Amino acid sequence: MSAVAAVPQPAATANRPGLLRGMRGLRRSRYLTAGLAILAVFVLTGLFGPLFVHNADAFSSNRLEHPSATYWLGTTQTGQDVFGQLVESTRGTLVVGLGAGLIATVVSVLVGVGGALNGGVLDDLLSLFSNVALVIPQLPLVIIVAAFVKGSGDWPIVLVIAFTSWAASARILRAQTLSLRERDYVLAARAGGEPAWRIALADVIPNELPIIGSQFIYATIAAVLTQATLAFLGLANPSQLTWGNMLYFAQNDEALDSGAWWWFVPPGLCVALLGAGLAMVNFGLDEIFNPRLRVYREPRRRGRSAAAAAPADLADTEQERAS
Amino acid sequence: MSTDTTTSAQAGTEDAAAPVLEVNDLTVDYRRRGAGPLRAVDHLSFRLEPGRTLALVGESGSGKSTVVRALAGFVAPTEGTVALEGVRGGRGRRADREYRKALQLVFQDPFASLNPMHTVARHLRRPVVRYQAPGSRAQAHEAVLELLRSVNLTPEADIAGKYPHELSGGQRQRVAIARALATGPRVLLADEPVSMLDVSIRLEILNLLDRLARERDMAMLYVTHDLATARHFSSQIMVMYRGEVVEDGPSDEVILNPAHPYTRMLAAAAPDPTIPRERAAAARRERIEARGARVAEYREADTGAGCRFRSRCPHAMPVCGQHPPDFAAGPGHTARCWLFENGSAGVRDVP
Amino acid sequence: MMRTEDERGRDEEFDQSVDRGSVTTASGLTGAGPRTVLRAQGVSVEYAGERPVRAVQDVSLELAAGEVLGIAGESGCGKSTLAYALTGMLRPPARLTAGSIQYTDVDGDLIDISDVSPERLRSLRWNTVSMVFQSAMNALNPVTSVGRQFADVFKAHRPQMDRRARTERSAELLEMVGIDPGRLRSFPHELSGGMRQRVVIAMALALDPRIVVMDEPTTALDVLVQREILDELERLQERLGFAVIFITHDLGLLLEISDKLAVMYAGRFVEYAPGEQIANNPLHPYTRGLLNSFPDLRGERRALSGIPGSPPDLRERVPGCAFAARCRDAFEPCGERRPELRAPAGAWPVACHLHDPQFGGLERAGGSAR
Repeated sequence: MSAVAAVPQPAATANRPGLLRGMRGLRRSRYLTAGLAILAVFVLTGLFGPLFVHNADAFSSNRLEHPSATYWLGTTQTGQDVFGQLVESTRGTLVVGLGAGLIATVVSVLVGVGGALNGGVLDDLLSLFSNVALVIPQLPLVIIVAAFVKGSGDWPIVLVIAFTSWAASARILRAQTLSLRERDYVLAARAGGEPAWRIALADVIPNELPIIGSQFIYATIAAVLTQATLAFLGLANPSQLTWGNMLYFAQNDEALDSGAWWWFVPPGLCVALLGAGLAMVNFGLDEIFNPRLRVYREPRRRGRSAAAAAPADLADTEQERAS
Repeated sequence: MSTDTTTSAQAGTEDAAAPVLEVNDLTVDYRRRGAGPLRAVDHLSFRLEPGRTLALVGESGSGKSTVVRALAGFVAPTEGTVALEGVRGGRGRRADREYRKALQLVFQDPFASLNPMHTVARHLRRPVVRYQAPGSRAQAHEAVLELLRSVNLTPEADIAGKYPHELSGGQRQRVAIARALATGPRVLLADEPVSMLDVSIRLEILNLLDRLARERDMAMLYVTHDLATARHFSSQIMVMYRGEVVEDGPSDEVILNPAHPYTRMLAAAAPDPTIPRERAAAARRERIEARGARVAEYREADTGAGCRFRSRCPHAMPVCGQHPPDFAAGPGHTARCWLFENGSAGVRDVP
Repeated sequence: MMRTEDERGRDEEFDQSVDRGSVTTASGLTGAGPRTVLRAQGVSVEYAGERPVRAVQDVSLELAAGEVLGIAGESGCGKSTLAYALTGMLRPPARLTAGSIQYTDVDGDLIDISDVSPERLRSLRWNTVSMVFQSAMNALNPVTSVGRQFADVFKAHRPQMDRRARTERSAELLEMVGIDPGRLRSFPHELSGGMRQRVVIAMALALDPRIVVMDEPTTALDVLVQREILDELERLQERLGFAVIFITHDLGLLLEISDKLAVMYAGRFVEYAPGEQIANNPLHPYTRGLLNSFPDLRGERRALSGIPGSPPDLRERVPGCAFAARCRDAFEPCGERRPELRAPAGAWPVACHLHDPQFGGLERAGGSAR
């Protein structure tokens, strides 16, 4: 996440160790590059695609046509343009995925970091709360709640997904915060008499950004998949255009039986591709922020090499030994 | 800087000033899963005086770091009182603020005690803004630069913009010291401030702490496992073993004339480059003899009631099954050992 | 690497004189005179990278049977890297860029570690040379018992030993380092730090190696435990006759135990001498500074200063002496020419222009000696 944030203003932040590594890693990690490329395609499509596609929902008499120059991905049972639907659905899917991911992450930070930093009864209560939330089977709960709130707009589904998927992250962040809380620089801030919220914002959360970022990505993947599942089961608002709803209608109108592969394969592929792209970003970030995962590659040419991390590592091991 | 140590040594002979920090019966228990509480610090009492350094010497696990953690408020004491001169007791926010302003600490590991994401200036600005109430950003920045100068980190404007990873270990520790100074403390707790640093720069950091303590009339608690620097940089030494102070006295007295068998063993174990190798070898053979056939691990084992050192002690006697009180071992010098039950006469001859 | 014949002659002379000095410790061996068990010539190690770290540069040393060689240096000076290089354990990005490392193995064969098979190297590593590192916890497997770990060593290298022989030998080894043989059933976390390090030492001695390389073996331990382990180590060494390379930042400790001693700075040996000589009359200003960095426990209180500044970045190529920037005695040539490690008349090798007659350094050296 921080790597992405650093891209627009590299000059201003070049000095910062975490972001600096992110910048360098961008060149070094193939996973990150590939993942970001996939993500960029979807985000751009979601942002600007709908400007070029008109009335993807409109019926026509050209039913179940094969892909052609006019209909790049063919048409549906009711003569709608599958490609147009796919493009418009990208936006809907991303809004649900990123929105639910973001809310889930914010909740998990508040519960996990807040509890661990304050300690005492508050921590015990929040910890109990997230443990309970964790053992409730998620999908059945989502299905029940979704059936109740099946109203209009994206928000009900976003909130339902978000509030059923924060608990695992909260636990991870709580554990990490408990460890950071005992770090000397956090103790030094406490010895300086700073309030807990300031310590959280200045010392704890910035050092947890890699974890928070990866939790956000996981939450987004989970939200995209959950949304597709709910829509496929017919529990989402059917007037929304999402890949899940496309699959729902394809299933309803027996696309599989009529051999209309162009109708269900593209949205399915999109879900898989978006998930894979996000997972690759996560893996790439992990590689950068966790040097132990890094594989050493022999430099291809002399002078420029992949092992810029070596000096720091050397210094570290020597330091360990010296003390 | 070169005359620092000699002057602080003389301070040991002056009359005792009014204490700035007084600790009485400090006791800290750690809760353990599936076992009774672990008593890390057991009824510890001492006082710190302005401009003077008290060394708390002990090995890892002796409880010396717990003393620091308790004084800094990171762990709650089970028993005992801590009184800071001029600071009201109690728990309120104001009392807390006054206490933290008056008492600061320097951590052991300068690689861990600085936030890797913050610049040097940001580290120092936080306490400056909080406790010095500067009128403007420029004033705050000037205060930061002044702090850097006071710990000899120059060019200070350069250093201020750097991140911890751009500094050497010694420079980081100077930043940590400057951060502690920022509140204008009257008590400085230095927990093994040089043990993670390269040997060649340790003395410079200790000289700096020594100079600052005297210039600013701060009382310093120097926590260390190193007897030699404890002697050279403090006027009084307390030796801690398994949660209690077993020996307490003027530095020279404790090191040159150690009373408790534990202190004697510590002093004997320190490497001494001035001893010729043959004599070192002979001493080694003696030590091996003295340890005898007892298997090493029993010496390292727990002892239960009674003197906590008796399983490792070469002078263990039946009476050591009872816990010894403090006995006088000389002027201003006490030892928690039954050998001194009848005064110190004759005991010195015990090998 | 560019060394004159003359210089090499001096080095050999030095080595011989040191060997004679070491006869006292080697005398525990039955009849065997001082014999070379390890010889390293011009060893250099680099960590690859955009700006390579030249961690070890042109280090030569020789170790005789039963001898203790101390290597003193601060963090980042390359001493641990040297230990890895000597034992053939360098892993990328580190690699040996120059030099040779030769062992005399149990059968008296000379083995150059850069041209033997990995299997041969593995066997050499336990049978001829073994290692003890600072962190015993990392050396021991946390999930298997101490006994299993001993058994694994024997299974791999002494396949002819049966179960009983393995257990007996393991118990014997533990007893040797002062640990109850019943502890074979224990797991590493059930032992104290000192006991774990004893176990690691016992394991290093399992196959009767001729050399034990120890990198800061007692640094993490308490003073008393450290002292006990050193005492026992020296006793074992006298009894079993293995040679030791002891690496630490604690010069005071090395002076006490070493037959000869190398002081390392910025990847190079800067002084290489019989231990007692360095204690009495250190030649290199860095050695002097290091000695001054340890306050004398019982000596008179005096001003103590350490060494100002910090070690150089090993990625930079410094034209002159790497220590010049921190050296109180630096003079003209120090910033321009790197001093070679060579022995002035009647002394031992030292890399310092102060002791080079060419610069009239002897008077300076005399003047600045403490």
